[in-house]
Amino acid sequence: MSARFEIAPPPSGPVPYPRELSIKLLTDMLRIRRLEEKCAELYGAGKIRGFLHLYIGEEAVAAGSLPALAPEDNVVATYREHGHALLRGVSMNAIMAEMFGKREGCSRGRGGSMHLFDAAARFFGGNAIVGGGLPLAVGLALASQMQKRKRVTACYFGEGAVAEGAFHESMNLAQLWHLPVAWFLENNHYAMGTSVERSESQTDFCIKAAAFGMPTLKVDGMDVVAVHEVAKRACAQVRAGEGPVFVEFNTYRFRAHSMFDAELYRDKAEVELWKTRGPIHTFSARLKDQGDLTEEQFLEIDRAVMAEVQRAVDFAEAGAWEPVEHLLKDVYAP
Amino acid sequence: MTITYREALRQGLYDAFEKDERVFLMGEDVGKYGGTYAVSKGMLERYGPERVRDAPLSELAFVGAGIGAAIGGMRPIVEVMTVNFSMLALDQIVNTAAMLRHMSGGQFEAPVVIRMSTGAGRQLAAQHSNTLEAWYAHVPGLKVVAAATIDDAHGMVLAALDDPNPVVIFEYPALFELRGDVVHPSVDIATAKVMRPGNKVTLVTYGACLHKTLEAAEAVDGEVIDLRVLRPLDMAPVFESVRKTRRAIIVDEGWRSGSIAAEIMARIVEGAFYELDAPLARVCREEVPIPYPKHLEEAALPQVEKIVAAAKELLG
Repeated sequence: MSARFEIAPPPSGPVPYPRELSIKLLTDMLRIRRLEEKCAELYGAGKIRGFLHLYIGEEAVAAGSLPALAPEDNVVATYREHGHALLRGVSMNAIMAEMFGKREGCSRGRGGSMHLFDAAARFFGGNAIVGGGLPLAVGLALASQMQKRKRVTACYFGEGAVAEGAFHESMNLAQLWHLPVAWFLENNHYAMGTSVERSESQTDFCIKAAAFGMPTLKVDGMDVVAVHEVAKRACAQVRAGEGPVFVEFNTYRFRAHSMFDAELYRDKAEVELWKTRGPIHTFSARLKDQGDLTEEQFLEIDRAVMAEVQRAVDFAEAGAWEPVEHLLKDVYAP
Repeated sequence: MTITYREALRQGLYDAFEKDERVFLMGEDVGKYGGTYAVSKGMLERYGPERVRDAPLSELAFVGAGIGAAIGGMRPIVEVMTVNFSMLALDQIVNTAAMLRHMSGGQFEAPVVIRMSTGAGRQLAAQHSNTLEAWYAHVPGLKVVAAATIDDAHGMVLAALDDPNPVVIFEYPALFELRGDVVHPSVDIATAKVMRPGNKVTLVTYGACLHKTLEAAEAVDGEVIDLRVLRPLDMAPVFESVRKTRRAIIVDEGWRSGSIAAEIMARIVEGAFYELDAPLARVCREEVPIPYPKHLEEAALPQVEKIVAAAKELLG
């Protein structure tokens, strides 16, 4: 076996949470997983078109970090954002309808998979230009600072974005102006098919962030407990007015970059090895070990999630197509 | 008392700052330096570094930050030193500011105002003499305006701040010493305007070329229209004028291929073809990067003589 890099053993050990929180974290990860598995199926059936970037494998990052945010905070995400939107409170119905391109979608069908938005959830997309969300996050944080609000702007981005000028310019501005941003780097090790070591002269992203004078944290992104702890710490620091914090979540995408690729860029063995670290089954095992979960309870949660997914599909199917006469809506203010 | 175009721009900013405390100015050297063209001179002292915010040389990030701050409830005026550098920020202007409303199904808007200087004529050579208004005017979701007069230099920023859409304002260093009065303290950013009535030929222009066009019009009884707003275009005064003169020339400092002039010509053909007694004509920038020597730069740009010659040819 030729793993490209050191892979830590699967997350293990006791889960230091009340059972209720543990079950929530597990359920949240399952909701993302089942939603996206259904999306992949519906893509095959032609119900969903365009690009569809699945988060499968990375669920612990969204599930562990989003509960660290308050309702008044801002979330900026990428085009691999179904899970973030869902756990930020956008309904699965509205997400699925958006995937279908129906009017009932969270962006009224105009955005699709890559452009999920929700004003009520303060979910600012769904930004599909790599690195494009970072300057936006700087601006949202600047507005909060000027308005004297204790509001955190959480900005999720992949390690591919680190190669963009937008990353460096945004890190500098955020630190220079001491802005309340939690930079959440989801390092899944591949920018489409280009691995970190083939694209970065310095592969330690925390060193880059530290060069801007920013405090950094690095965590196993496959371990929802570790993610949650670090995210809480980072958000508390930002909320306390200590300026931006940079967090690297070390994670892995189990599926193709978008729906199909030949995966010529990585070893199957490497993927299999990472799957042993899968965030859902390792967390379930830990909960079972400490008596917080039985197999029957797991299956029960799973059935409830599957039912939610099915309701979302039914909702999307029953949704309406926007009349073509509305084509030019929402280009300018009415 | 007359003021210069530069002073009019500055007065517009002061008025905007006084009117709404959410308004702030952000850009390279807008504060301590006093503004690249001294437009924001004195503002840092009056309003402080929170509202007059010097940004590092990071056009992509600070323009994007302006967009984000607008989404977050502020009313930023972002100054990009020149249109030449705005290319570094195009991603944020096009992919975020212009598209946000649509791709979010109307949930979000980015009421940012982006000001930039543009144009040639000062021997700054290729990379500092671009005229790229047409690029921005190509993009749905943006409003694009060109300030060619004292009134517009003063009033357009105020009108842009009142507009819920992202607005790009083009300013013309070639006009900074132009003098005049603020006649209309409040202007719209919706209409084109007849600047000189005439009978023989319609001369459509915008930006710094307005003044060359007005001079040329004297020689040929031309009716001069300042487009003012490059997106969305207001063609009504153009059609009305063409019905009277039956001839039209477009004067555009941009390169002719894919230009504002090309768009105006197309619309006249679509909307007023049967009113015409002669083919349309245009006077544009020659298709060359702007050369450094004065005589070559002048040869590359629309000039009064070229406009007059084009008009005389049309008039036969």
